[in-house]
Amino acid sequence: MNSIKGLFTDLKKHKSKAFIPYITAGDPDSDKTLEILDIFVENGADIIELGVPFSDPMADGPVIQSAMERALSSGTTLRKTLEIVVKFKQKHNTPIILMGYLNPFFAYGFEKFAKDAKSSGVDGVLIVDLPPEETAEYTEILKKNKLTQIFLATPTTDSKRIEIISRYASGFIYFVSVTGVTGARNALPFDTASKLEILRTHFKIPVVLGFGISGPETIEQFYNYADGFVVGSAIVKKWEIASRNPQEKQALIDFIKQLSKSCHGK
Amino acid sequence: MKKGNNFFIQRGYFGQYGGIFVPETLIPALKELENAFLKLSRERKFQKIFSYYLTQYVGRPTPLYFAENLSKKLGLKLYLKREDLCHTGAHKINNAIGQVLLAKRMGKKRIIAETGAGQHGVATATASALIGLKCRIYMGKEDMRRQALNVFRMELLGAEVIGVDSGSKTLKDAINEALRDWVTNVYDTHYVLGTVFGPHPYPTIVKYFVSVIGKEAIRQMKKSAGRLPDVVVACVGGGSNAMGIFFPFIEEKNVELVGVEAGGIAIEPGKHAARFAGGKVGIFQGTKSYVLQNEDGQILTTHSISAGLDYASVGPEHSYLYETGRVKYTYAFDDEALNAFYLLSKEEGIIPALESSHAIAYVIKNAGSLKNKIVLVNLSGRGDKDVMQVRDLRGKNE
Repeated sequence: MNSIKGLFTDLKKHKSKAFIPYITAGDPDSDKTLEILDIFVENGADIIELGVPFSDPMADGPVIQSAMERALSSGTTLRKTLEIVVKFKQKHNTPIILMGYLNPFFAYGFEKFAKDAKSSGVDGVLIVDLPPEETAEYTEILKKNKLTQIFLATPTTDSKRIEIISRYASGFIYFVSVTGVTGARNALPFDTASKLEILRTHFKIPVVLGFGISGPETIEQFYNYADGFVVGSAIVKKWEIASRNPQEKQALIDFIKQLSKSCHGK
Repeated sequence: MKKGNNFFIQRGYFGQYGGIFVPETLIPALKELENAFLKLSRERKFQKIFSYYLTQYVGRPTPLYFAENLSKKLGLKLYLKREDLCHTGAHKINNAIGQVLLAKRMGKKRIIAETGAGQHGVATATASALIGLKCRIYMGKEDMRRQALNVFRMELLGAEVIGVDSGSKTLKDAINEALRDWVTNVYDTHYVLGTVFGPHPYPTIVKYFVSVIGKEAIRQMKKSAGRLPDVVVACVGGGSNAMGIFFPFIEEKNVELVGVEAGGIAIEPGKHAARFAGGKVGIFQGTKSYVLQNEDGQILTTHSISAGLDYASVGPEHSYLYETGRVKYTYAFDDEALNAFYLLSKEEGIIPALESSHAIAYVIKNAGSLKNKIVLVNLSGRGDKDVMQVRDLRGKNE
C-alpha cells in the first residue's frame, strides 16, 4: 500500500506524472505477457495494470474484448494471472494492480483470492463492476490483506458521489475521461480538464486519467491536470500485432517510450 | 426502507440475491431511474395512463381460457392465461410500455433494448413508436438468424436493429452491447431491460409492470373455477412472465408454483440453460444470482431451442424463491417442448411460443401427479415467430 503512496509523493517532488500501462494477462499467453511486462518496466512504467480476462467485459471496447478472448482461449485463469505476477515480481518491484470484473474473483473465493494475491505480490485491485454501493464486505477483505483498492470516477460523478467513493478508495482514483467503454479516441471531452480539477480538489488521494488516451499528445494536453495516465487499448492494439511479428516489436517499444517520456515531462 | 413493502427492497436485494453491480458511470442513471420509478408508480396520473394503454392498446385483461380438449386428454383441469393474445404476441409489451412511458417522463430522447427471441425487441419498438421515441435494438446475430421475421417487424416499427457479433452471438452478448451503448449515451438514453434481471432497480420495475398478469389471473380463476388453482406453471428465461404470474400468488401458500427452465439437449455445460440445475451463485450483468459458469467464473454458452430461454443467468428474485423453496424449479428438454408445441396446436388450436411450450411440456410430463388438479399455465407468447424454425426442424428430422 505504501509503495503506491510513496511513488506518487516522489513523482510530485520531481513534477512528474505516473505512467500506468495496461495489458490483459495471458494475451496472447503467459510467456508473452511477461515479455511485455518487461518492456513496460524497462521503459519507465511506474505502475502496471494487469487485466484479468473475463468472458463478458461489459465496460470494455472491441480492442480489450478481443484481448480477453485471446487470453481465455490460451487458457488464462485468475490462478494463472497470479502466477504471472509471481514471476514478474521475482525480477521487478513495480506495483501491479489487477483490473477485472467481479465474477472470476468471486468464483475463486474472495478471501482466498485476497490472500493469494497478496502472497503473489499483487499491490492492488480495481473491480470494474463493484461500485461503492456493493463493496463494503469486499473492501474489508482487501484491507485485511493490505491490498489497495482503486475506484473509478467518471464524468457522471458529482460531489456527493466523490464523498461516497472516498470512503472506500485507496491508492489513487482512476478518472474515466468519457462516458463510454475503453478504447482510444481522437479527442477527449472538452471539459475533461475542469472535471479533473474538481476531482483533485475533493479527493485526498492522487487522480489519474484513463480511457480514450490514444498517445503522447493526449498526455501532454492534460499533463498539468492529472497525477498520472493509464494507457490501455492503444497499447493492446499495437501489442496484438507486435506479439505475433517480431519485426513490429520495435514500433511498440518506441510507442511505450514516448508515452513514458510524456508522463515524465521529457 | 419500510418492511412489508414488497416492491421497494433496499438496494434491490432479495435475500442475498440482486444488488447493483455495474461500472460507476451507470450508478447515477440507475439512481435517477429508481427515483423516477418510486415517484411515478405512486402517481395517479401515471397509473391512469399506463392502465389506459394496457386496456385500449394491449388488450387487457387477457382471457383465462379453460383448455377443455387437452384437459380431457391429460386428466386434469388446464387453464391458460392468454398472454399470447396481447398486442405484439407476448407479455413483453406490458413492461415495454411501462418503461417507455417512464423514459418519456424522465425526459429521455432515446430508447435502447436487447432482445433474444425478438419479442422484447418488438415490444420495445412498438412502445417507442407509440410514445414517439427513437429506438435501437441489440440482437445477437445467431438470434437474428433464428428469428428473422421479428427483425423485419422491428424495422417496420421504425427501430434500428444492430446485430451483435461477439461471444455466443445471443442474448447475453446483446445485453453486453446494450450496456456499452448505455454507458456511452447515459445522459439522453433509457435502457429498457426486458426481464426481471440486471442491476437494481430493474428486477423491481419489471416485476411491477408485469404483475398485472397474476392479479388478473387470481380474479379470473375465482370467477371461472370458483377457486385458486392448485398449481401455477410458467417458463423461466430471465423470468419476467413467471414473476408476473407468480408474484401475486406468493402469499397464497396452498398454491404450488413451478418454474420451467430450458433443459436444451442435456444438462451438460453448453447444452442447456437450466440455471438451477447446472449453475451456481455468481455476479453477472449487474446482479448476483444463479449463473451458468465454469469453475474459473467465466460465463458458459447456453443452448435452447427457444431463443427467449437461452440465457446464462436468471432474475435474482427467482434465485431467492428457489432458495426459500417457495417456487419449485425444473426444466423441459428441447424435444419435450417441441412435442408440447405440436400438441397444444392440434388439441386447442393455439400455437404457443417455444418458450411457453416448456411450461406446457411440464404439465404433459407430470399429468400423472397432477391428476384432477386445477393447473394454471402462463401462456406467455404465441408461436407465430417460431413457425419457420419448427418447419425447418421438421424438415431435418424427416
